[in-house]
This record gives sequence, structure tokens and C-alpha cells, in this order.
Amino acid sequence: MAICVAIIGKDNSPKYFACSNPDDEINLQYKVLSSLDVIEEKLNTANKVTDFRELFLGTLYSLESHKIYGYVTNTKIKFIIVVDSTNTALRDNEIRSMFRKIHSIYADNICNPFHIPGEPITSKSFHDKATSIMFGTV
Amino acid sequence: MADETVFDFLHSELVNYVIEQSELKNKDAKDEDLSNLEYLGFSTGYRMIERLTKEMPRFKDELDTMKFICTDFWTAIYRKQIDNLRTNHQGVYVLQDNGFRFLNNISNGKQYLELAPRYVTFTCGVVRGGLANLGINSLVTAEVQSMPSCKFHIQVQRS
Repeated sequence: MAICVAIIGKDNSPKYFACSNPDDEINLQYKVLSSLDVIEEKLNTANKVTDFRELFLGTLYSLESHKIYGYVTNTKIKFIIVVDSTNTALRDNEIRSMFRKIHSIYADNICNPFHIPGEPITSKSFHDKATSIMFGTV
Repeated sequence: MADETVFDFLHSELVNYVIEQSELKNKDAKDEDLSNLEYLGFSTGYRMIERLTKEMPRFKDELDTMKFICTDFWTAIYRKQIDNLRTNHQGVYVLQDNGFRFLNNISNGKQYLELAPRYVTFTCGVVRGGLANLGINSLVTAEVQSMPSCKFHIQVQRS
């Protein structure tokens, strides 16, 4: 299970944030936002050097306590997942499939006519689905 | 086959609705106001592209994106690909469709040529919306010279 799921928009403004422990929210937000620089760096070098074009970016960085993974869609929306470092059950493949699930619920949410593109996501059903992905219950 | 027809009907009803609304609002305007229709297309394209690019690898550059528009994107909406793509490599792209779906059912002569803009505006919006969400700001116009073929001019706005 992951600790936190975040969605960052095209212009690097936060669109959605969910975490398992509300007391840790500010701390996690700080980690997520500071990892945006790593994403930027990865995107710039990846395009030039190799034919690395997968949406999943892998580990952005790992700290003593947390590991941070990133994923950028073709439309420049960034998804970030934070995992506890002590949790060894989650491998790259599991993280990748979590990102896929988040991407597909995100696409569904964008197609919702009541959602205004570029606005933070407030939909309750989206939140329910996102948290169940985060807790690994899907 | 059946769902194809449903889309055609929905589109022509959409066109009728928008034109009716604009006539009600603005009785004595000479040109019909199609900007609403274009906007509807824009938001459709904007939302749709998120779903269509889900399984795609990241696009290399602008041309790569245009190729995607011509093949996958076009197939998803019109069940065919663009017949010809031209570019001057300076931000102008011309997409030619020799049998544009919304014009296919209109007779070929010159008689209805003046009504053609109604049936291509939505598509202009869809293309513009799709590109906008992929990070390319553009201006899309259409040109119909003879009926069912249609050319879409995309001008990328660089700023």
C-alpha cells in the first residue's frame, strides 16, 4: 500500500492530493512538490539521449523513510506516488500498474462534463477510487 | 455499423441546435455564428485526447503528435485515416481527407457548398482541443473546395 497519491497539473499546480495519514499531509506535500524538479530533469534528458518514452518514470528519489515514484501523461499531467521505504512488497511492476489505474480513473474524470479542465479535482467518486487504489484494495 | 450512424445523427442534430440557438439570439446577423459549435468541439477533443493517449508512448516532437492526430485520433472519430499530411516544417500543417465523413452524405455538386462550414466546424474544434491538451496551441481552419473532400489547416502558435 502507498502512503500518498498526488496529481499535479500542466502548470505544476496541485490538482489532487490524498494521503493515508492526515497528520503527515504537509510533510508529504513538501516531498511531492520538491520531486517535481526531478521529473522536469528526467523529461528533458530522456527525450534527447535515448528512446526512453515510457510514461512511467521510475523512482524519482528515495529517502530514508520514503520512496517517490513519478508518471507523466502525454498531456503533461504528473502523477506521484509516495511509498514507505520499509515496504518491500511493492515492486516497480506493482507501482506501474497502480499508475495505470490512476491514469484510467483520471481519464474518466476528465471526461465528466461537470469537471472543468484545469481545475482541482473535487469529485467524491474519484476520491473514493483513488484512495482504494492507494490502499491497494482494487 | 449502427453506432456509426448514431454519431452522424447526433452531429447533425448538434449543428441544427447550435444554428437555431444563434438565430434566436441574433436575428439579423448575416453570417451564422458557429463559434459555439467550435467550442463544443474543443472541449470534446480536450477530454477525448486524455483517454486516447493513455496507452501511447510519449510523443517525440510536434510532427510525431500530428501523425498521431492523422492516424489514431482520426480513426477513433471517423473510422478512417487522414489521406494526406503536408507540412512546411515551420508550424503549418495541412491535413487532407478525401472523403470526410460529415460531408459524405451531402450531394457532390456546388449547390450545398455554402453550407459546408457548418459540418466542418465541430471537427476544427476537436482537433484544436486535442492539440491544446497535448501542449500545442494552434489555429485550425477548414477548406472545402469540392464535396466530400476537405482540408484542415493547422497553424501552430508559438509564443
